[in-house]
Amino acid sequence: MSGNQRLGRRGFLKASGLLTGGLVVGFQVPLAKRAAAQTPPTGKLPPPNAFLRIGADGSVLVLLAHSEMGQGIWTTLPMLIAEELDADWSKVKAQHCPVAPVYGHTAFGFQITGGSTSTHSEFDRYRQVGAMARALLVQAAAAKFGVKPEDCRTEKGFVISVGKKAGYGELAEAAAKFPAPEKVTLKDPKDWRIIGKTTKRLDSPEKVNGTAQFGMDVHFPGMLTAVVARSPGFGGKVKSYDAKAALAVPGVRQVVQVPSGIAVLADHYWAAKQGREVLKVDWEEGPTAGLDSVKLRGEFHKLAATPGMPAAKAGDADAALGKGTILEAEYFVPYLAHAPMEPLNCTVKLSEDKCEIWSGTQLQTVDQGVAAQITGLKPEQVEIHTTFLGGGFGRRATPTSDFISEAVQVAKASGKLVKVVWSREDDIRGGYYRSSFLHQAKVALGSDGHPSAWKHAIVGQSIMAGTMMEAMMVKDGVDATSVEGVSDSPYMKEVPDHLVHLHSPKTGVPVLWWRSVGHSHTGFVMECLIDELAHAAKQDPAEYRRMLLKDHPRHLAALNLAVEKSGWDKPPEEGHFRGVAVHESFGSYVAEVAEVSVSKEGQLKVHKVTCAIDCGLAVNPDGVKAQMESGIIFALSAVLHGEITFADGRVKQRNFHDYPVLRMNEAPLIETHIVPSTGKMGGAGECGVPPLAPAVANAIFAATGKRLRELPIRADQLKQA
Amino acid sequence: MITLTVNRKKHDVEADPSTPLLWVLRDLLHLTGTKFGCGMAQCGACTIHLDGEAVRSCVTPVSRAEGKQVTTIEGLSEGNSHPLQVAWIEEDVPQCGYCQSGQIMSAAVLLREKPVPTDEDIDMAMSGNICRCGTYQRIRCAIHRAAEMSKGGAK
Repeated sequence: MSGNQRLGRRGFLKASGLLTGGLVVGFQVPLAKRAAAQTPPTGKLPPPNAFLRIGADGSVLVLLAHSEMGQGIWTTLPMLIAEELDADWSKVKAQHCPVAPVYGHTAFGFQITGGSTSTHSEFDRYRQVGAMARALLVQAAAAKFGVKPEDCRTEKGFVISVGKKAGYGELAEAAAKFPAPEKVTLKDPKDWRIIGKTTKRLDSPEKVNGTAQFGMDVHFPGMLTAVVARSPGFGGKVKSYDAKAALAVPGVRQVVQVPSGIAVLADHYWAAKQGREVLKVDWEEGPTAGLDSVKLRGEFHKLAATPGMPAAKAGDADAALGKGTILEAEYFVPYLAHAPMEPLNCTVKLSEDKCEIWSGTQLQTVDQGVAAQITGLKPEQVEIHTTFLGGGFGRRATPTSDFISEAVQVAKASGKLVKVVWSREDDIRGGYYRSSFLHQAKVALGSDGHPSAWKHAIVGQSIMAGTMMEAMMVKDGVDATSVEGVSDSPYMKEVPDHLVHLHSPKTGVPVLWWRSVGHSHTGFVMECLIDELAHAAKQDPAEYRRMLLKDHPRHLAALNLAVEKSGWDKPPEEGHFRGVAVHESFGSYVAEVAEVSVSKEGQLKVHKVTCAIDCGLAVNPDGVKAQMESGIIFALSAVLHGEITFADGRVKQRNFHDYPVLRMNEAPLIETHIVPSTGKMGGAGECGVPPLAPAVANAIFAATGKRLRELPIRADQLKQA
Repeated sequence: MITLTVNRKKHDVEADPSTPLLWVLRDLLHLTGTKFGCGMAQCGACTIHLDGEAVRSCVTPVSRAEGKQVTTIEGLSEGNSHPLQVAWIEEDVPQCGYCQSGQIMSAAVLLREKPVPTDEDIDMAMSGNICRCGTYQRIRCAIHRAAEMSKGGAK
């Protein structure tokens, strides 16, 4: 039985900080299949009020099973409830939920925000919650009015019957006493007044006046702030340390050893940082002592020529590659840091029977389990208060719970209420990167212009190996996230003889999913290769894709819309050139047309990106557009600047001066169009990323005739002789 | 003891004069709207006004603020009434929101200096502020919108 069920309703509300007055609607919440599997076989339902509270003042508080990190889920999930509830939108507020099995992801079972799944995975659950609450309110109103529930209707926070009207606030207490309906009927989409309509973000007001609470802003009287001296190379261990000088820094209170290094605790961050600077630590080198990017790339290159684990196979690629025009190409992308704007941090308050954690995290269930292990407490004794996340991009969902577990270790070792703060340097140098990847492709072009044989080697680290998700994601030695976008590419499937094979070398570099995961490199490689093939076949790149994708209507719809809106058929402004790409990821289909110019000195400028997405229903259309803009800028950062490199076992980059990200003066105009679609709902947070790099690289080819096969793009590669 | 005037209120703080103003604001005065992003004046998340000028508080020693007016995002307006805050909400600018205090503080100085800024003015004034969520286009639109609103108000 879960901790919160054992706590009972009052305990649960108290634990989750929800006992703040006002009345609650005590209905029971339907379970999605996977979450149901976690509940005891007695069929006892989870605690009431898990997702929604209606106050006596008519306020509607929606509890979010997913973390707000910029993607807009703070607004999207309340929209789903408000729609079915017929709520007054101006009275709707949101709050992150606590950690409890009832909030498990409807597909994965545990609490996670990731994979661009939050909206589509909650589409039914949150609407059902709204519909259940509405049914209860109608019952309460019918009893009050002395009419049948069928004779009541609901509108903007009121139940209305002939000549009678009652607000949800005044009905809430009575509604809570009715048994929860066993079945609810959801609205016909034609009756939606919120879903599908552009809705302003609920979190904007507090994000424009500094009151939004991020993990970094957590403060309690008596709290200390800690920074941790970590191994300068990955996996190094403390041999010995001398804390004398650090302890002499005014404000420094304590120095403790934890598994990841030495923590300096002080009254505030600046003192802790000063203390760390004079702390003496003797490190034992870890297994990556000689790590070197140039050498690594050489090893990846060699590996690509040897047989890897097959990820997709049809016919006999080797034999078929003997005929036709042969195109051979090697593509390369570097390691990348996520670099969210808010450096990592976590606050922990540990007592004998409770561990409280405040942090912006994407992976609460795992964090809870890890904290329980460290402290010897039961998982239900670990409470997590999820704050706003100052960006995530995958970095705040670590299967090792690195930044959460370290803070728990510091609290345990020091016995203090402590906030552990990472500096930007700690973040950039601290690992958990998107792995570098090298692709080698050999493609035969048939006389009809179609690729007739394709052999494709992929080399890069597995992010799933060694994690709790390995069993689900690694099959026959192939990490699905290393090959997604190639092995399941609509192009590849049509090639009669093909082989996609994978090498997953172990380098000792900690790696992690990074916005759009495998698609962050496979989209680039595949859409550039298709461009190369179009050129070899002497066809227009858009027309060529239309030919190859003729049986893939959603790819086509996105492609056609982006191409049309970009003015593809008309010549661009003098000196400007266009490139196109289309890629499916996370269930959505995105096409982008980049318009660029390249100066004689090799200066690349991306002027405009025209984007089209088919994500099925866009619950909040402007939210989808915001995510396309965000993904495009994030991807362009990687195209123009992103690169983590190693020399002598050390990360060479430290901060935004040598790990630059895109700035205002480099930001292109972005125009996003949403394909009207009844297709299955996909994600929005990540799918804008993959088509950007190839669209830009293909535009550069159009501008210069130079085929750039590695990222980031450097001016010296583009200099015209 | 250092006496600071922050958002028109006087504070006495115990801090070494070399302590960056950012940490005095955040950790001693608990004005956490001003953000830590890089610690080396690269990202602009810590932007505040010192006697009306935009400065990066992460590299500004607290001693420099003595005898000057410090304005943080908390002191920019009452009730989100600054035209930039209104425009930011209208354009749905924020995503994660972490950089937006600094963005708005930079933009406020720009608008004061150039009430009707061009795109080039915006590039010049705002390129010191990083937004990792990539809200640049909306920031640009919101600055133009705020300029329009201010113009209307002046009539």
